[in-house]
Amino acid sequence: MIHQSIPEKPLICLGIESTAHTVGVALVSSKGEILTNVNAAYTAPIGQGIHPREAAQHHCEVIPTVLRRVIDNLDIGLDAVDCIAFSSGPGLGPVLRTGATFARALALWLEKPLVPIHHAIGHIEIACLMTGAEDPLVLLVSGGHTSIAAFGDWFWRIYGETEDITLGNLLDVFAREAGLSFPGGAVIENLAKKGKNYIDLPYVVKGNDVSYSGLLTAALKRLEEGHAIEDVCFSMQEIAFSMLTEATERALVHTERKEVLVTGGVAANERLKNMIVSISRDHGVEAYVVPKEYSGDNGAQIAWTGILAFQSGIRVDVDKSFVKPKWRLDQVRIPWR
Amino acid sequence: MLMKKGAEANLYLEDWYGLKVIKKVRVPKPYRLSQIDNEIRRSRTVHEAQIMSDAKRAGVPTPIIYLIDVKRTFIVMEYVQGQRVKEILNLLSSKDRKTLCRRIGMLIGQLHEEGIIHGDLTTSNMILGQNEKIFFIDFGLAEHSVEIEKRGVDIHLMKRALESTHYPHAKECFTSIIAGYTIKVTNKKAEEVVKRVREIIQRGRYSGT
Repeated sequence: MIHQSIPEKPLICLGIESTAHTVGVALVSSKGEILTNVNAAYTAPIGQGIHPREAAQHHCEVIPTVLRRVIDNLDIGLDAVDCIAFSSGPGLGPVLRTGATFARALALWLEKPLVPIHHAIGHIEIACLMTGAEDPLVLLVSGGHTSIAAFGDWFWRIYGETEDITLGNLLDVFAREAGLSFPGGAVIENLAKKGKNYIDLPYVVKGNDVSYSGLLTAALKRLEEGHAIEDVCFSMQEIAFSMLTEATERALVHTERKEVLVTGGVAANERLKNMIVSISRDHGVEAYVVPKEYSGDNGAQIAWTGILAFQSGIRVDVDKSFVKPKWRLDQVRIPWR
Repeated sequence: MLMKKGAEANLYLEDWYGLKVIKKVRVPKPYRLSQIDNEIRRSRTVHEAQIMSDAKRAGVPTPIIYLIDVKRTFIVMEYVQGQRVKEILNLLSSKDRKTLCRRIGMLIGQLHEEGIIHGDLTTSNMILGQNEKIFFIDFGLAEHSVEIEKRGVDIHLMKRALESTHYPHAKECFTSIIAGYTIKVTNKKAEEVVKRVREIIQRGRYSGT
């Protein structure tokens, strides 16, 4: 008897990201193809950070345009979508609710199941998809997270993290206070490249944990004292990244993983990337870094994780689809790994 | 002979005037600026040696130190035969595991009572040696302090090491560690530290309600 295999139609997930300054909509197939990925970011005026209500207002205003561009990019109609995934947490409450409202409306209108996604899992899964990392020690660095995690028995286990503010926070708040534009990462990276003089700043590592609040205060103080901003940016980056690299190296030796994966917005920083590549080489493990395009928040990370979750039977009824501003990475049960 | 490539240092198993010793060399880290790197390696070598002997004086088994070279950032110390607690904890019977954790808790209590903070309490840094003796190693992040906050962070690191590496038994182990800790530091102090651990967890990202 001849078995003729009929090519199975891949699933398509529409993912909506809305946790902080970025609102994004993307379509991803179960083959891992990014069909479209449209993102728009709220920018705060110089000297200010994200105002949650204003960011939510911004997202509300641009969502129709984003969706229009998504539709225009596609040669399929939205009814070809199999499920709607949305970032249900963690993040800024008003922003989460805006994204969730949009997701619910789409799910009801298209009559498609709704899939709740943890934003940080999205950062990890899109990075694994793009790099081919399988079972890595993950260094997640963004505005919301600074965590060192590895997977074990259905959960991401956290081996180290920040004990106060995140690395993204450190950079953004420094930028805000120094009158640089928001988000601060890229601006600080460019200024740091011009810095030549190392200024002593506090280096705080506690086991696999780091603490950045003292570093932020000290860096701002150095600036106030009249040190060149290039030198302060340079020194702050060196200290902040060295701390995290040390903690990552310690977790790497402890967990004995064979891969390291860097993901999240700060993964776009070349200096941090080089440091992680350096320790990985030293220990003979593979280093993976999420491509720049997918390092910052984006719809594709939610759409791809939506595929994985949907295939594992995860979905939520619209009337129970609450957002979770506080939701830890290590509390999410992952059935697909 | 390179025995283990650690995160901070390379461990060489060597013969030193007829003794079997570990030479712990804090090698330069090419990823760090040399100004930062030199200072970290120098100060951790000094601290580690100092606090290891302080810990021993406090009754907490640590390897004997034979030689410290601050300039070349290495320490020559006793080779402790045994198994890392990390490797065996999950394999023990529940009863033995609780006993071991209780004893670990007592040793942590003893350190804290003497004003010593270990700074990196994980099961990778404890060796179960001969005669069931538990050795504490890796004092590179250790410091002298009697602050509740520092003690809280120390216990918090231990708790997280259990939750990440020994998750099937994390609760049972932590309870036993605290029971042992309480014996050494009195009820009142232990309660204060446990309360601070809860606060530290709450301070963490996306914790709490």
